[in-house]
Amino acid sequence: MIKKIIEKSQLKSPWLIHYDCGSCNGCDIETLACLTPLYDVERFGVLNIGNPKHADVLIVTGTVNHRNQNVLKQIYDQMPSPKIIIAVGACGLSGGIFRDAYNVVGGVDKVIPVDVYVPGCPAKPEAIIDGVVEGLSKLAELQKSGNNAALAS
Amino acid sequence: MNMIYAILGVTLAPFAGVLITGADRILTAKFQSRTGPPILQPMYDIAKLWAKQPMIAHRFQPLCVYVYLAAAMVSVALFFAQSDLLLIFFIQAVGAIFLVIGAFLVPSPFSQAGANRELIQILTYEPLIIIVLAGIYLHTGSFKISAIYAMDKPLLMNLPLLFIVFGYALTIKLRKSPFDISASHHAHQELVRGVLTEYSGKMLALIEIAHLYETILILGLCSLFWSSGILGMTVLLVLTYLAEIVVDNISARMSFRWMLKSVWSTGLVLSAVNLVWLYSRGAA
Repeated sequence: MIKKIIEKSQLKSPWLIHYDCGSCNGCDIETLACLTPLYDVERFGVLNIGNPKHADVLIVTGTVNHRNQNVLKQIYDQMPSPKIIIAVGACGLSGGIFRDAYNVVGGVDKVIPVDVYVPGCPAKPEAIIDGVVEGLSKLAELQKSGNNAALAS
Repeated sequence: MNMIYAILGVTLAPFAGVLITGADRILTAKFQSRTGPPILQPMYDIAKLWAKQPMIAHRFQPLCVYVYLAAAMVSVALFFAQSDLLLIFFIQAVGAIFLVIGAFLVPSPFSQAGANRELIQILTYEPLIIIVLAGIYLHTGSFKISAIYAMDKPLLMNLPLLFIVFGYALTIKLRKSPFDISASHHAHQELVRGVLTEYSGKMLALIEIAHLYETILILGLCSLFWSSGILGMTVLLVLTYLAEIVVDNISARMSFRWMLKSVWSTGLVLSAVNLVWLYSRGAA
């Protein structure tokens, strides 16, 4: 029974941390818009927690470059599993219009494993919330197979 | 009999704490014209943290967390056993200090800054609580909780100013704005996560549980001010907690200098007036 409660709780309390990898701020504004009273994601237990050690969901926006890929990797390593990684926006997915620039590594998945890709330039708040829900359903599937520590690793 | 009360108190306190904090979060959301999380959300958070992969930042940190939790549990047990107020006060102070030590163990600058702020918060509210307890002693002639329950008139009639002073200490202890300086409930206005930065997973879950116990202890101490009837006690507790939530929502987070200045100046003046009044009446 305790296992049931914990599995339910993991789905009902995703705390998220948001890392801006050098985005134009379009996707960042849309991500923070999810937390406003209009969308009120706290209904689903989502809190914006500024600390990777407490977070369950990492939302990454923007292109990864040679400078910030180490920071991104460190934030990823500091998060205890199970964790869900969501790449948001065209730049986070592939590098976007900056993909050919000399300093750009590419999408987020070049550095860390990504669970959910949310496209858009910028991605809509609804799409970002949908991305978190998608990540949670992925976690639920892994819970069924009894392997939820394997997420994003 | 006291033993049974103590055991009942320790077992039921976390559940009551979850409901109170859950209602707090819903009310806060309503004030901000949001819907808010389900009432059991604090329990979901704790259960989720419990199952996270353990990441211990320092080998003595678990010890600090266990002492913090144990101190919170023992003080709640002593409260329900109607024991000595001073004993309860010193045990909860030991727990609070161990939380700070645990944060100081890790060289992370965020954790260090949070621990320093937490120390200043402790420095601010502990003298006030001691003065309130001294006022209770002046009035009832004993530090025992059972002696307070033996009174036929509520303490609030004779210690109204000390109740306000206690309200200040309450706000600091509950980590509510404007005094949520060491670790805010709202991470977006925080240095990462203040004193809680380096605690994660199961350790953070234990700290959350200890915080539930502390909430119950503080509300329990608050209830002593209307010990003569259940109805009056409930009304007083509900009004006090509602006032806490309102103050939390309408005020910004202030600096520790402002906290020291405002809390000590108003707190000490109010309690001095109340104590002199009590003393002169006792002498007459």
